[in-house]
Amino acid sequence: MKFGSMQPRSLSGCVAALFVGLVLALSAHAQGNLEIDTPAISALRKTMQQRHAQLAPLYASGAVGIAADGTVSLRDAAAVPLAQRAQANAAVAAENADRAALYREIARANGHPEWEAEVRRTFAQRWLERAQPGWWVQQGTSWSRK
Amino acid sequence: MNPALRWLFAAALAASATACVTINIYFPAAAAEKAADRIIDEVWQMREGAGSAPATPPAAGEAK
Repeated sequence: MKFGSMQPRSLSGCVAALFVGLVLALSAHAQGNLEIDTPAISALRKTMQQRHAQLAPLYASGAVGIAADGTVSLRDAAAVPLAQRAQANAAVAAENADRAALYREIARANGHPEWEAEVRRTFAQRWLERAQPGWWVQQGTSWSRK
Repeated sequence: MNPALRWLFAAALAASATACVTINIYFPAAAAEKAADRIIDEVWQMREGAGSAPATPPAAGEAK
């Protein structure tokens, strides 16, 4: 190896460039936001928002609760008039399908499909924490009124 | 640039690129929470302040 022949100026230049590149890459990652604006995710957000008009009264009556696993659950079917029960069931099923797709799409949009479970866990915790007073929430396996 | 130096530079670049990929494997929990809150705001239409809902007046005693 002929290290004796290398010029100090160009070496320090290389090291500086490398360092700057590394710092840029790290900071870009550290302050990064997750990508949630893909067409698939935006479509899910929109349908979930529209469905909320139907679900909100069910949350308020306690028929539907915010489950610990990032889904919603029909926990008290008797609180829904019989005529509307099938509709409530369908709304819960559709909501849970959309939520599963949302968690999967967020993980995939960020290049890490294996993050799906962690995305779900994060959302589950945030849904519970942000549930409105009076709504039913599930902690562990037990339900309580917030 | 001398060839040995160029080789060294390329190796260092490759090493740092690998390091970036390694870092990226960890789940960005804070970013995920922020993303979740943004989506929850939108879905539950809570944008006008995450504070107390005015629908229920505080009952006597401690209201959580």
